[in-house]
Amino acid sequence: MKLYFAQMGQYLPVIFNGISVTLKFTLFSTLAGFLWGTVLALIKVSRVKPLEWFARIYTSIFRGTPLLVQLFLVYFATPQLTGYSITSLQASILTFGLNSAAYISEALRGGIVSVDRGQYEAAMALGVPYRQMMFDIIFPQALKHVLPALVNESIALLKESSLVAMIGVTDILRGAQMIQNITYRAFEPLIIAAAIYYVLVMILTMLANRLERWVRRSD
Amino acid sequence: MIRVENIYKKFGNLEVLKGISLEIKKGEVVGIIGPSGSGKSTLLRCINLLEYPTSGKIYIKDTDITSSKVDVLQVRQNIGMVFQHFNLFPHMTVMENMVYAPVKVKKLQKAQAEKTAMELLARVGLQDKANEYPGKLSGGQKQRVAIARSLAMEPEIMLFDEPTSALDPEMVKEVLQVIKSLAHTGITMALVTHEMAFAREVADRICFLDEGKLLENTTPAEFFSSPKSERARHFLEKML
Repeated sequence: MKLYFAQMGQYLPVIFNGISVTLKFTLFSTLAGFLWGTVLALIKVSRVKPLEWFARIYTSIFRGTPLLVQLFLVYFATPQLTGYSITSLQASILTFGLNSAAYISEALRGGIVSVDRGQYEAAMALGVPYRQMMFDIIFPQALKHVLPALVNESIALLKESSLVAMIGVTDILRGAQMIQNITYRAFEPLIIAAAIYYVLVMILTMLANRLERWVRRSD
Repeated sequence: MIRVENIYKKFGNLEVLKGISLEIKKGEVVGIIGPSGSGKSTLLRCINLLEYPTSGKIYIKDTDITSSKVDVLQVRQNIGMVFQHFNLFPHMTVMENMVYAPVKVKKLQKAQAEKTAMELLARVGLQDKANEYPGKLSGGQKQRVAIARSLAMEPEIMLFDEPTSALDPEMVKEVLQVIKSLAHTGITMALVTHEMAFAREVADRICFLDEGKLLENTTPAEFFSSPKSERARHFLEKML
């Protein structure tokens, strides 16, 4: 068995371009997921029944169907229904954002519920209105509890982002596939892609550890 | 200042308060004592509406706060509360804890709020802890900050819900001293406590609760020397 890594050199820019696409994708879908997930989490603890039901059904659907199916639905099925089309990258960010919001909202809801009852009472006793209490007192503490879960979610997003190669986004995996098509060699480009994913996940993990230390400075 | 009229409070099937009436005058210090589960804390928590009485009325400065027309937040701004477990906001420094409500709720200027906060911290002997997080403080220090935080809203009424019950014995004194320094400065105080000697010393009046009923409402001298009810006598025998 012979491996031709040297031959890969000239095609590497294809994969490297994919890195920025993957990172951009992960960043935007994490942000979208976090923002929308926050809204859903606050809805879930709001005690406004119709909204609560909406958030629950939403979460159930997005957790109960495969991500790839959701991606296909957004990218292929939505244009058929609405008449306008979106780019594959937009569709990917939208789908992953909507999907991770479901998971993030559950983690955040758990975090909010776990904040000590006394914190609510202290805020209420000071005359703090509900919305301010949630945003300034309860939510920051909830966030701290669930930070590890949020980091795991963004690492999961980074890895699952390889699914977007299926609808033609030229991310890292798609880059590797393109090299495979040109060179008829599968192992070398794919193992390079895997290595890059691994390094990215490690960097993200390291940043996450730092972030967590910074957040825990008040302990 | 505070007038409680025949309030009842039920949690599910459990009736915790069974028709309590009580009046507290401006500037008065009232000690509320009684066995665990007698409804002391619930009574206190009804006064700032952390609990809504099932029936009955509570007047603060002649306004019925149990009425649905009353702005609860407005009522609470005027009533400080100190909790057994301090309930400082752990993600904020002592100073941030102190100025949060004055700035965000009362809309004071930050500089002004910080100046007042420093004065209050000095009053409880903790001005050097302004930039610490609550996690770095001892229990006694936390409770002193919590008291100062309540005072920062300049309330006319202060409620203390077993403020020393969660403290190590050696820290009880410093907190009691702070509370004592507030008594008879014009602020109206209601204090739920198990510290009998302290209640006797600072309170103008003792209210003894048992099984949701107000059994005694009298001066400390009379309560501790010759309680009227059998229940109170029995309680005091165990406590003293």
